[in-house]
Amino acid sequence: MARSDRSGLRVALRQDQPIGLSVELTCACGELLALVGPSGSGKTSILRAITGTLRVRAGYVGVDGEVWFDSERGIFVPPHRRRVGIVFQSYALFPHMTARANVEMALGHLPRRERGERARELLARVHLQGLEERKPGQLSGGQRQRVAVARALAREPAVLLLDEPFSAVDKATRERLYREIATLRRDLGMPIVLVTHDLDEARMLADRMTILHRGRTLQTGTPAEIVARPATAEVARLVGLRNLFRSRVLRHEPERGRTILAFAGRELETSYDPRFAAGEEVDWVIPDGSILLHRRDRPSRGERENPLSGRIGELLDLGPNTLATLLLDGTHGIRLHFSLPVHVARRNGLAVGVAASVSLLADGIHLLAKDG
Amino acid sequence: MDWTAFVLSLELAAVTLLILVPAGMLLARWLAFGRFFAKPLIEAAVALPLVLPPTVLGFYLLELFGAGSPIAWLWQDLFGGPLAFTFSGLVAASLVVNLPFAVHPVQRAFEAIDPDIREAAASCGMTPLRAFLRVELPLAAPGMVTAAALTFAHTLGEFGVVLMVGGAIPGETRTIAIAIYDRVQAFDEAAAGRMATLLLAISVATMAAAMLFGRGWGSRN
Repeated sequence: MARSDRSGLRVALRQDQPIGLSVELTCACGELLALVGPSGSGKTSILRAITGTLRVRAGYVGVDGEVWFDSERGIFVPPHRRRVGIVFQSYALFPHMTARANVEMALGHLPRRERGERARELLARVHLQGLEERKPGQLSGGQRQRVAVARALAREPAVLLLDEPFSAVDKATRERLYREIATLRRDLGMPIVLVTHDLDEARMLADRMTILHRGRTLQTGTPAEIVARPATAEVARLVGLRNLFRSRVLRHEPERGRTILAFAGRELETSYDPRFAAGEEVDWVIPDGSILLHRRDRPSRGERENPLSGRIGELLDLGPNTLATLLLDGTHGIRLHFSLPVHVARRNGLAVGVAASVSLLADGIHLLAKDG
Repeated sequence: MDWTAFVLSLELAAVTLLILVPAGMLLARWLAFGRFFAKPLIEAAVALPLVLPPTVLGFYLLELFGAGSPIAWLWQDLFGGPLAFTFSGLVAASLVVNLPFAVHPVQRAFEAIDPDIREAAASCGMTPLRAFLRVELPLAAPGMVTAAALTFAHTLGEFGVVLMVGGAIPGETRTIAIAIYDRVQAFDEAAAGRMATLLLAISVATMAAAMLFGRGWGSRN
């Protein structure tokens, strides 16, 4: 559909009651933005504000230059006049209609005689040829979801919303649907917003993700950015970063590109970060992948980056990886969490209680303003 | 067999049905989807005829319809006749008495519609009216059939309120239930028995038809 303004989706929402919301997000055409947060974080409220079934006190919702909601200008376009395609967690198919009729319901913009043919085409696109005359009760979960996708696309929406669409199907179906969504989005070129509480799902499918907590958007960025550089300790916790610590800044060494922290009774080198003054307390995180185990069969040669030693506190094999916890020496139980391939853990003879040492890569350490 | 009373009862049930099923459906939808302060009060008022003795309800309706009441005065002004002890008065009473039967099953049916389905209808571009006609109404239809069956059967059999508001004027307010009572009072048990059997048969047939329809509908979805 030709549109002069392809600026994508912009949403800004603000209200204190009845549900507190402070939301800013954008999603470009062809982009898939994941809204990630625990239940009750306001994900579904945002979707409902976009569809127009929730009227927020103040804010703005617009797609490609069309304004759907603008509290300042008193604009509120009713839900049925917003070109939104939405796939619900429950699919929300009309149970008394066939798959074809479900899709036809969203084809009101076409002349009546063209609707049946177009519905068939859309169902074929999601691989449901031959099942057009079945009712939702006669379809499997995955098939129902495809009908919901076909129906959402039928209206040629300006924005596509996916509300936890993968949570009710089994793992094999989910993985097939991931691939189909990835293919569909290549062809569609509209902003797609995916609501999920599953961080891995967001990482796999999304170009960018927005972290939500208690109705507020905390940070938006690519999944890799957010995991490597969370804006706050709250974000770090929400994306599952376990190595979150608090230290004092000792000094800066700009000529070496280093900032030095006090940690576990020693000095810890991090990337130069002049946002924090010497003497200030900061929070910092390090992703699992920036913690390297020293080989236990070969003694250390020369300087290593931020070496720390301790005893293995816990070991847990999870699929191809082993999750390990290191209790640092000379501290009162400071724990470092890291993961390594199972075969590496075996080769190094890792076991609960054995001594081990690791390096914290200075460039993997990310400093944050102190939380609270 | 008092055929006049039987036909009068059928007429009363049919008129009640025609007015109350659509009106009750709208009230039921409002109660199911609306959120407002006075909702519990309105729901209690709708349920009242279930728990109030028919004589009490009949007494208040008679007061409401009786000469000198504003409603009777308005009715007189509009239609040039009284409301109490007339067929119109009987219909008005019947509408009140059957309110819970016409509203509750439909309200439950509307409430059972997943809110996502209503939102999906809007995001399909359906106007509220089209969503109501194409999605909500078909999904609430089994509830409406139950409501219609209950209202019809209950109107045929209503006794206390009808006697209080209508008396027993042959051809005007004497329904089959009152005719049965009169026959029993006159020790004409054979006539009472015939009418009672007829009423029983119609009630059973009505309810069975409603159940069958409801089941058929359920299996088709």
